[in-house]
Amino acid sequence: MIKYLSEDRCIQCNLCVKVCPTSVFDKVADHFPTISRQEDCQTCFLCEAYCPVDALYVSPMLDNTNEPLTVTPEESAMLGSYRQAIGWGKGRSSTASLDMTHILRDLVEDDAGPRS
Amino acid sequence: MGSGLKTFESDVLVLGGGPAGTWAAYTAASQGVKVVLADKGYCGSSGATAASGTNLWHVRSEPARREASIRRFLSRGNGLANRRWLEILYDHTKMGTEQLIELGYPFPLDEHGRPISRNLQGPEYMRLMRKTVRKAGVVILDHSPALKLITGERGVSGAAGVNLETGEEWSVHAKAVIIATGGCAFLSRALGCNVLTGDGYLMAAEAGAVLSGMEFSNIYGFSTEFSSCTKNFLYHWATFYREDNSVITNTDKRALAIEMQRAPVYARIDKASDAIQVAMRRSQPNFFLSFDRLGKDPFRERFPITLRLEGTVRGTGGINLVDDTCATNVPGLYAAGDAATREFVAGATTGGGHINASWAICSGRISGSAAADYALGTEAAAMRTQLHFRFTERHSAGKPARSMDMPSIVKSIQEEVIPYDKNLFRTETSMRASLARLNDLWKTIRLNEHDPNDVRALVRSREAASMIATARWMYTSALERKESRGMHQHDDYPAQDNGALYRVLISGVDSIRTQREPQSGGPDRS
Ligand SMILES: Cc1cc2nc3c(=O)[nH]c(=O)nc-3n(C[C@H](O)[C@H](O)[C@H](O)COP(=O)(O)OP(=O)(O)OC[C@H]3O[C@@H](n4cnc5c(N)ncnc54)[C@H](O)[C@@H]3O)c2cc1C
Ligand code: SF4
Ligand code: SF4
Repeated sequence: MIKYLSEDRCIQCNLCVKVCPTSVFDKVADHFPTISRQEDCQTCFLCEAYCPVDALYVSPMLDNTNEPLTVTPEESAMLGSYRQAIGWGKGRSSTASLDMTHILRDLVEDDAGPRS
Repeated sequence: MGSGLKTFESDVLVLGGGPAGTWAAYTAASQGVKVVLADKGYCGSSGATAASGTNLWHVRSEPARREASIRRFLSRGNGLANRRWLEILYDHTKMGTEQLIELGYPFPLDEHGRPISRNLQGPEYMRLMRKTVRKAGVVILDHSPALKLITGERGVSGAAGVNLETGEEWSVHAKAVIIATGGCAFLSRALGCNVLTGDGYLMAAEAGAVLSGMEFSNIYGFSTEFSSCTKNFLYHWATFYREDNSVITNTDKRALAIEMQRAPVYARIDKASDAIQVAMRRSQPNFFLSFDRLGKDPFRERFPITLRLEGTVRGTGGINLVDDTCATNVPGLYAAGDAATREFVAGATTGGGHINASWAICSGRISGSAAADYALGTEAAAMRTQLHFRFTERHSAGKPARSMDMPSIVKSIQEEVIPYDKNLFRTETSMRASLARLNDLWKTIRLNEHDPNDVRALVRSREAASMIATARWMYTSALERKESRGMHQHDDYPAQDNGALYRVLISGVDSIRTQREPQSGGPDRS
């Protein structure tokens, strides 16, 4: 569940408001967006993928509505780690080209699906 | 509703902007017709594919391989899969992936520098599809759930919904409508599935569409207990453990579910060599993200797992198709992706694994093309009859009742569909009891009145209604199928009835009707 929006990093581009499939954020004029409906977050990490300045942190835990909306120093160090993993952002290239799923698939399935 | 109404006119309207919807919109627009696409979330990040990634059918050029592959799928489809559709699926998967290469999807390359187009990374794929659709001139309405189809004398002529950001209503008047709103996972928190509440099934059924295969909607996926990461694939390399660290040797999902009903079950991905671990990390970045963030090592430490209901998302039920253009029985209405039945290609087994993702491409392409042709042959004048349709006008007619507590309604629905002892292990008695409670819930939700200025409440109410409707079709169809077949394991009829091969068609929202459609299937059916 979304846990944190860094007010220091945020450049108020509102991309997260736009891309969040479940409309968790609200746009605020001349201000960073608010996390208005945290309980609607589906933990898909996509806002992080789109945030150009790594200002968002999504906890992998499904239920953290009663935790404070801050990050620990360890979590802070992981800001942007999803974007890095998929190779999005300036100066990076998409890691989709490094995908090795086909190699794994050949180990466990044939043309019609899992070998039994 | 407070703030007004936006109307649009187009030739083709696509509801849902996942893979099926974007392929449909792109294909239709490429044929030169005007296309509007409305998505509940954001076209490009919403739906089951965008959040994860999907394997595709491994299609090759050699005819012998094509034939062998189709035969394997026919034999896996429990007699319900159909050769003609599998051939169409194979060929469209091939054409679709070739198009993706042209569009610039960064597939990995083989040793000869040729793209290996067998798997798609969700965020990358759907970002590309959004870009492609926009370039083709499609008008995209984001955060704009459709709530109702507009129908006239000649069938479907558009849809109406709301914009969650502005609070406005919208309506699109179109000559043909494609429903690509995905499946229904009952808000079970499967990855990327919170937007998938079966809205398209309800809209279609209200307009008179028939659904089929709804008994095949009880797929459960492996998930870490704490997260939403429903991924089955990597568990091929897992060992399953009980609390006391004893190994569970029967790893069939039903056997594991029995274990889980008693006590927590754990997994550890401990059968993966170092090289395989590297391949896994490259293939499924978000699976490992969750572990990395918690400081856990899934290759060395065991972690608690659960089975999360994915409903029709990896099941195979949906809106019935009457021909190979993805047309429904309602004129002007088409269905694609998880919104449509996948029995023709996956039968009673799961469509996940790679059929569904290929099907989204195939049915998107086919429906987009057919809807464009239909629109070109249809006069606009006939469509004007219903202009100025407004969602609220239609719906505020009912008598006001109290506004309901949606979270508690959703919980009541989930209590009937999620527990293993109700839906994975099906019996006549328990399904009838669930159905009775769901029928009551249906009557209740029909009376729900929400704050007219609160569009979110309106959407939540429609989602709940869609889930209740889906659950009622699911158990009604399951009761009709008095045998076990594929994912439908009926504990009162544990054997597959090979004498009677049929599909269960279902229709109606207040009163529900089923009909058996005899099939002449079998592996060699042509
Ligand atoms: C974790 C996971 C892994 C999977 N892996 C595989 C795999 O490897 N291989 C495979 O073949 N399949 C896989 N599947 C299944 C596959 O993801 C789906 O079959 C595929 O996404 C279907 O595409 P779709 O376009 O029909 O639906 P979706 O991708 O779900 O998109 C539906 C869209 O409709 C929108 N929508 C919903 N309601 C409305 C409404 N009322 N109005 C407007 N828009 C609406 C949603 O916002 C969404 O954007 C997987 C599923 C999951 C959950
Ligand atoms: S995407 Fe990032 S930078 Fe843009 S508004 Fe959201 S948090 Fe701020
Ligand atoms: S993780 Fe997904 S659902 Fe949650 S806030 Fe980010 S984009 Fe929205």
